Amino acid sequence: MPRSAAPGLLIAFAVLVAGLLLAFTVGRYPVGLGDLLNVVAAKLTGQAAEAPAAVENVIWQVRGPRVLAATLVGAALAVAGTAFQGLFRNPLVSPDLLGASSGAALGAVLGIYFSLGVFAIQAFAFAGGLVAVAAVYLIGSAVRARDPILVLVLTGVVIGSLLGAGVGLVKYLADPYNQLPAMTFWLLGSLAATSVADLVPLFGPVALGTLVLVALRWRMNVMSLPDEEARALGLPTGPLRIVIVAAATLVTSASVATAGIIGWVGLVVPHIARTLVGPDFARLIPAAALLGGGFLLVIDTLARTMAPIEIPLGILTALVGTPFFIWLLASVSKTWS
Amino acid sequence: MILSGHDLTIGYSDRTVGRNLDVALTTGEVLALLGPNGGGKTTLLKTLLGLLAPKAGEVRLGDRPLASYASRERARLIAYVPQTHVATFAFTVEAVVLMGRTAHGNLFSRPTAADRAIAARTLERFGIAHLSERSYTMISGGERQLVLLARALAQEPQFIVLDEPTASLDFGNQGKVMREIRALAAAGHGVLFTTHDPNHAMRAADRAYLLREGVRIAEGAIGAVLNRAQLEELYGALVETITDTAGRIAFLPG
Repeated sequence: MPRSAAPGLLIAFAVLVAGLLLAFTVGRYPVGLGDLLNVVAAKLTGQAAEAPAAVENVIWQVRGPRVLAATLVGAALAVAGTAFQGLFRNPLVSPDLLGASSGAALGAVLGIYFSLGVFAIQAFAFAGGLVAVAAVYLIGSAVRARDPILVLVLTGVVIGSLLGAGVGLVKYLADPYNQLPAMTFWLLGSLAATSVADLVPLFGPVALGTLVLVALRWRMNVMSLPDEEARALGLPTGPLRIVIVAAATLVTSASVATAGIIGWVGLVVPHIARTLVGPDFARLIPAAALLGGGFLLVIDTLARTMAPIEIPLGILTALVGTPFFIWLLASVSKTWS
Repeated sequence: MILSGHDLTIGYSDRTVGRNLDVALTTGEVLALLGPNGGGKTTLLKTLLGLLAPKAGEVRLGDRPLASYASRERARLIAYVPQTHVATFAFTVEAVVLMGRTAHGNLFSRPTAADRAIAARTLERFGIAHLSERSYTMISGGERQLVLLARALAQEPQFIVLDEPTASLDFGNQGKVMREIRALAAAGHGVLFTTHDPNHAMRAADRAYLLREGVRIAEGAIGAVLNRAQLEELYGALVETITDTAGRIAFLPG
């Protein structure tokens, strides 16, 4: 871990800027870099832009909300993954594996099924995510085993599949013409329908959860030690763990409620961030947020430009994440004890 | 200050490990805890650290029950040096030692310049200042043990409790850790450590506590407790003694 994290943070920041430029310029209606800078500069200085009105419209109305949402969702998933990996002392856990995503998905699908508003869907997603993570955690710690982390991950898989069955049931019961296509598309992950109105219920919880995690950044370092050591160093680990899990779950479920299930971001990005800036959460959280935002911007740009129809985000991230996970499993399994 | 256990029954929710245990540790002295595997050494250690509640009896720290201390307050008085382990994340040695300062800050604080100065001083004290920027996962077992000692000292505690501090160390580092334990007591700390080697107790401790199958076999000054007959009873095995011309004794498993 380098003493100065500046180079690593700079790289992470550059990734986000590159992602932003890519997302704004590439698409069915290409926007030149010059036009983009002109329009942004005009907006900042309050003057009229020289670029055509259509370009302005594409930047602010069409791509703007989607770009913001991709940045927030990517950052949120990466930050949540960072927190979960530290808390469970395992580089293989992620919001997906601990059931937070599938719990939030079941909550949100129920919200859609009952034709609720966007805030109610958010609340359902959060409750679902929290209940799922709590269940995984309680069952995982009730089973006394030699390898508690493995038990935890396996419990997550089992609870995840149970919740998956729940999602399946809701889909089965849903109106096949109005609700089902929305659910299916949403469950695979998409930002296609993002509007300005979606940004508020996304930004609030993500900002709140991230703030809590940032405030606890030093305590989170200590929480990544074995429980007895952290307690001997003076931490009330029980209450702290609940606060951290709740914050990470809040962040996860807000992004699931907005963009559906986008797997792997919370697993892959924290690793890359850790190799850039080391394990200290004070640097890791901002680095993961920047990288996660940039990563999802690239993925989302690919999703809307690669094929004549939109490709669901979850499919693209799975293509990246699966080989990454296998590589990771091969490289860290040696240190499991 | 005194850390003491009174008529303790120790163990976990599903089993009892030891009964009727009385133990006391005063600042400035070293107490060695000896006994066969599974005899309750680690359980007693965790009970005295406040990490495990006694099933009966009471642990007291100073003039109050240990259970009445908040975790932060307790950590300013008792430090724990666990057996060395491979960490999950590659924190620097400095960061690991700084974690010892956690109980001196509040919930949201980061280590201050003063904390860094204390960490640097303790690293210096154990002769490992040159490792400060190295990753904790990349140093040797002996170095890791010294880093954990430095972390405990950075807590500025009255008592330091060590779980088999020499278990994974080479011969040279075992000697070094024993010397450091003596030096900690000389500096006024009360030190409790577990060990499998009676010679380490001879070398570093003032008193020894012999624990077998959860029962105290003997307790007292090293010279009075550590002899062939006691050790043979403790381990249920033959023990040989070697005495040099100065009258110093070493034990060998028979």
